[in-house]
Amino acid sequence: MTAGAPRPAATRHWRRPPLIKDRRRRYGLYGAAVAYLVAALATVEINWQRIADGLDRGWRFVEGFLAPNFSHRWDDILLGMEESLTMTVTATAVGILISLPIAIGAARNLSPPPVYLVCRAIIAVSRSLQEVIIAIFFVAMFGFGPFAGFVTLSFATIGFFAKLLAEDIEDIDESQAEAIRATGASWLQLITYAVLPQVMPRIIGLSLYRLDINFRESAVIGIVGAGGIGATLNTAIDRYEYDSAAAILILIIVLVMAAEYASSHVRRWVS
Amino acid sequence: MLRLEHLAKRYPTGDLALDGVSLTIDAGQVVALIGPSGAGKSSLIRCVNRLIEPTAGRVFLHGVEITGLGRRRLRRVRRRIGMIFQEFALVERLTVMENVLSGRLGYVPFWRSLLRRFPPADVEAAFGLLERVGLAEFVDKRADALSGGQRQRVGIARALAQNPQLLLVDEPTASLDPKTARQIMRLICEICAERRLPAIINSHDVRLAAMFVHRIVGLRAGQVVFDGPASALNDDVLTRIYGAEDWGTPGLDTPEEEEEEEDEGADGGDAALRPDLDRQRLAGLAG
Repeated sequence: MTAGAPRPAATRHWRRPPLIKDRRRRYGLYGAAVAYLVAALATVEINWQRIADGLDRGWRFVEGFLAPNFSHRWDDILLGMEESLTMTVTATAVGILISLPIAIGAARNLSPPPVYLVCRAIIAVSRSLQEVIIAIFFVAMFGFGPFAGFVTLSFATIGFFAKLLAEDIEDIDESQAEAIRATGASWLQLITYAVLPQVMPRIIGLSLYRLDINFRESAVIGIVGAGGIGATLNTAIDRYEYDSAAAILILIIVLVMAAEYASSHVRRWVS
Repeated sequence: MLRLEHLAKRYPTGDLALDGVSLTIDAGQVVALIGPSGAGKSSLIRCVNRLIEPTAGRVFLHGVEITGLGRRRLRRVRRRIGMIFQEFALVERLTVMENVLSGRLGYVPFWRSLLRRFPPADVEAAFGLLERVGLAEFVDKRADALSGGQRQRVGIARALAQNPQLLLVDEPTASLDPKTARQIMRLICEICAERRLPAIINSHDVRLAAMFVHRIVGLRAGQVVFDGPASALNDDVLTRIYGAEDWGTPGLDTPEEEEEEEDEGADGGDAALRPDLDRQRLAGLAG
């Protein structure tokens, strides 16, 4: 700054315009939010007596973790793992195969409005239901066991995969599609030459990601009867065999981490 | 031969992009379409192969009325109309060869294109085209690994793989540096001359267009306001097309061209210093 240039006196002032213009409404909303938070916290009942009792049980759980027992129920664990992995891989594959046409149908730039609405509706239904709820439904329908789990995970995969892929398809570079259309290509050729090459990295990435998720979910839905390692885990906890439960949880964690590590590697390699 | 009759296009937004354009282009004739942004140049060439549906008017290619064709027959006409784009519009993640062969999509059944089992004659022709545009050694490179000029050459090869009866060229040099722009423009014009291909070339670069193309059509607000030889372009005409501006020099050749042309090598050289000469040289080629 040069000494010879005196700054003009500050006659104008500036403030960032607030999000909510009206001052009274702004402070009214802030006040309401704080009041609700306080009231909501006040309704949470805490039973300190129960917590004190439970600490003991919790500690036994932690102790089980410190001394996991892999051998006691090893055969059950192996069977559960095998079921879970089978369920995961088949459900992911089937789910993705069903998702691909739905994703194309749910892409506004490729599909006519009626098809678009139907496909979006399928996705919305699949996404609005949590895996556990779907699993309870399918267990009731198909009985206990991994088949219910397989159907559950396939169904859940559709909502996830088709929605994210459809969004990627809507973001493709239209000029590439226009160029392929200009060659006299048919609709199917347009999909395979202009659309698929552009979204292929996304398809691979989402598939691997969903494989991760499905394996984790297979452990959860097993608890409601859909077979797999979750069922084994549930049995162990029901019998207070915390050491076996700990062994199962450790195996799940190791497998999920391994899958995550592998898939991030593959994703980096394809993109 | 391409004939446009009273072609009009009004977009759903209400913008009138084309306002009764009539134009006839004979076999082997290359036309440069110039005009300000938004004058309707892109709309015009896209109405020819109906990537954009014209609102009114008719388009004839070799006597066949393109407007009013059903989808199947439209595809058969489209495959004979090659198109070259400003941003090249290559499928980035496919190889150079796949991009060139995609020019055959209108001719081959779906399963062949899906499995990349194109007829041997198509593959042979594609190799020939890549040699013609000077990219023989890039066959298996991915399109996104190429430079701008190389990409546009692939785009040209793709259009030619269609064995076209007409080329529609949309701002072929707008994304290229001045030297590459000249090379690409020259290549397009040479190929049109070799094959006696009629072509419409949209261009923002009036000087470049005038250098290589004999017939200039000026478009303003969707109407043809000039149609004549490149030599007739002068300040008055430019003002009619683009609106009032100090156009500086008569006859378009300004000194700033000299620098970029120095490294053009043997065949550029002094011809490019005087666009008129270059024009005559190309006229000789074409005739």
